[in-house]
Amino acid sequence: MLSGWGRWPIARCAVTEPGTSAAAGAALADFTSIIPRGNGRSYGDASLNPDGVLLTSRLGHMLTLDEAAGVLECEGGTLLSDIIEALLPRGWFAPVTPGTRFVTVGGMIAADVHGKNHHGAGGFGGHLLWLDLALPDGRVLRCSPAEHEELFAATCGGMGLTGLILRAAFRLLRVETARIRQRTVRAPDLDAAFAIFESAQDWTYSVAWIDGLQTDARLGRSLLFLGEHARAEELPLAERSRPFARAARAPKRVPIDFPAIALSRLPVRAFNTLYYQRQRPGDALVDLYPYFYPLDALLEWNRIYGRRGFVQYQCVLPLAESRAGMRRLLEAIARGGNASFLAVLKRMGAESFGHLSFPMEGYTLAMDFPTSTGNLALLDRLDAITAEHGGRIYLAKDARAAPATMRGYPRLERFRAVRRDYGLVGRLESLQSQRLEIG
Amino acid sequence: MTQPLSPVLIIGAGSDIARALARAYAARGCALILAARDPAALATLASDLEIRHRAAVTLVACDVTAADPEPFVTSLPVLPGTVVMVAGLLGDQAESAADAAVAERVMATNYNGPARLLLSLARRMEARGSGAIIGISSVAGERGRGSNFIYGSAKAGFTAFLSGLRNHLARKGVHVLTVKPGFVATRMTEGMELPPRLTARPEQVAEAILRAQEKGRDVVYVKPLWRMIMAIIRAVPEGVFKKLSL
Repeated sequence: MLSGWGRWPIARCAVTEPGTSAAAGAALADFTSIIPRGNGRSYGDASLNPDGVLLTSRLGHMLTLDEAAGVLECEGGTLLSDIIEALLPRGWFAPVTPGTRFVTVGGMIAADVHGKNHHGAGGFGGHLLWLDLALPDGRVLRCSPAEHEELFAATCGGMGLTGLILRAAFRLLRVETARIRQRTVRAPDLDAAFAIFESAQDWTYSVAWIDGLQTDARLGRSLLFLGEHARAEELPLAERSRPFARAARAPKRVPIDFPAIALSRLPVRAFNTLYYQRQRPGDALVDLYPYFYPLDALLEWNRIYGRRGFVQYQCVLPLAESRAGMRRLLEAIARGGNASFLAVLKRMGAESFGHLSFPMEGYTLAMDFPTSTGNLALLDRLDAITAEHGGRIYLAKDARAAPATMRGYPRLERFRAVRRDYGLVGRLESLQSQRLEIG
Repeated sequence: MTQPLSPVLIIGAGSDIARALARAYAARGCALILAARDPAALATLASDLEIRHRAAVTLVACDVTAADPEPFVTSLPVLPGTVVMVAGLLGDQAESAADAAVAERVMATNYNGPARLLLSLARRMEARGSGAIIGISSVAGERGRGSNFIYGSAKAGFTAFLSGLRNHLARKGVHVLTVKPGFVATRMTEGMELPPRLTARPEQVAEAILRAQEKGRDVVYVKPLWRMIMAIIRAVPEGVFKKLSL
């Protein structure tokens, strides 16, 4: 029985866990229909296929590290957490990181993940030099902006539907410390939040935590967190000799599935208000881990949504439509009265070359909803608002959207053409690709 | 608690347990010599250990069933501080019982070969006055069962060998550790229905071995429950045992 990170839906899947690239290639050929799965951190049904799921957990070796060029070559199953653990002490960090480090490199490519630096650095796919893709016909093709470009463009953001990412090479980011210089800014409403984002374009990292339960004058009340990698000379004198030291903190684990009452409207409202008032505006040096991965410190945090699981909703709206569209989305959410524990707003930069890559220049909103019929109906309304404003939803988060939402991806036809050209239709499939009729 | 003696020679380094061991030793800062029939297949593991842990890794070819272990032992760049014998072959009992050549391979891979190799290394460690010898044996060697006694008898021999070697080296500065992993979820057991409470992951086996080595233990069962189960199995009178279907 497998599920995504949202623990909904759940499906019985035939799995294979090859130990070598050759065995993985053979498995692709053997299964009539299969989908690769990295660390299972996409939220919905993107890594589920009852006919076949290829686990990449044993294909996670780092292959070469070129410190002169700042390039790492590794297998697709390599965990980002392992890369950071090995390379941060040597002054290297990932050029783009999603909100959890427990993802594989293959998964980062397949979802063309973005981070708090998307407005400047773009998505992960833009930092790739090449990737080696195994196809069900037995071929292994090196894809890059210069070789098999169409297949490369389909694979970055292609949700694993173009083959198995065996290996990849990407550029690393030089850092001087394991700290972030963080600036916290309060925004009393949505307009203020937009204004701060627009004036903070020079900051490397920016993200807003937004209180999804506020309405009227306080709609969009949020806290913005801006960040820069701290330089060595910004550390206190005593710490400068060990710029990559970090306090060892054992991760906590959510021990039980929370009962549904814990996330009803009142407790969440209380938490959100407390959080807003507790965070002091101003500058501080913070550890890199809690800055990028606040929820990773709480292993299996998905259990707080209980047995029924949850769905995450993330959409992006083009810049010109963002102000009006976000207001409508937030109003619909607040009116829906459905508790959302975590809501995140972020300014995104230019669209990527990936045919099904999610980001576009504009604003993205992400939040969790406990799985319930009421919430699923609300998400359909959010889909409609997103579509009316020319936006799109993030496939790595999706578990329930209708095929029509794929109209948000104008290059879907080119993606389909690549699938036909390389003989992938019907061979590489997920429950999500079937549900969305990606073909 | 003592740091494992470096470098660590792992024989049969292609297996899942060996890979987990290599990672655990590298994380402790040990240099590694990985020996396998096909060392080229270990290139990705070696590069991974070098990048992750900045470990010095040497790959060497080794066939444990070779009649003469001396060429392999003398070809090693240095005499290792620790040697871990992971090589083994489960085989298929029915095939082993029907075909002497198949049985011979199981015996050679689980007993004759490993014993010959470890003897050769032990002589040198004894002369040096230091070292650690770790043998991966099996709970299957504690009592012969109808369903896998070719493998079981070879492991029984290997267990006895390790216990005798330990006795011989006890005052010579060389630590001998016998490991009985019980069920382990690896390629060797893929497709078998294994009881979860008695089945260890390769990483657990590796951690248990390093802990036992650091504490100077003699015999380690990875899942403690196995010690009890095997005590019971050993206590069953032969007259009863022979009638059980095991």
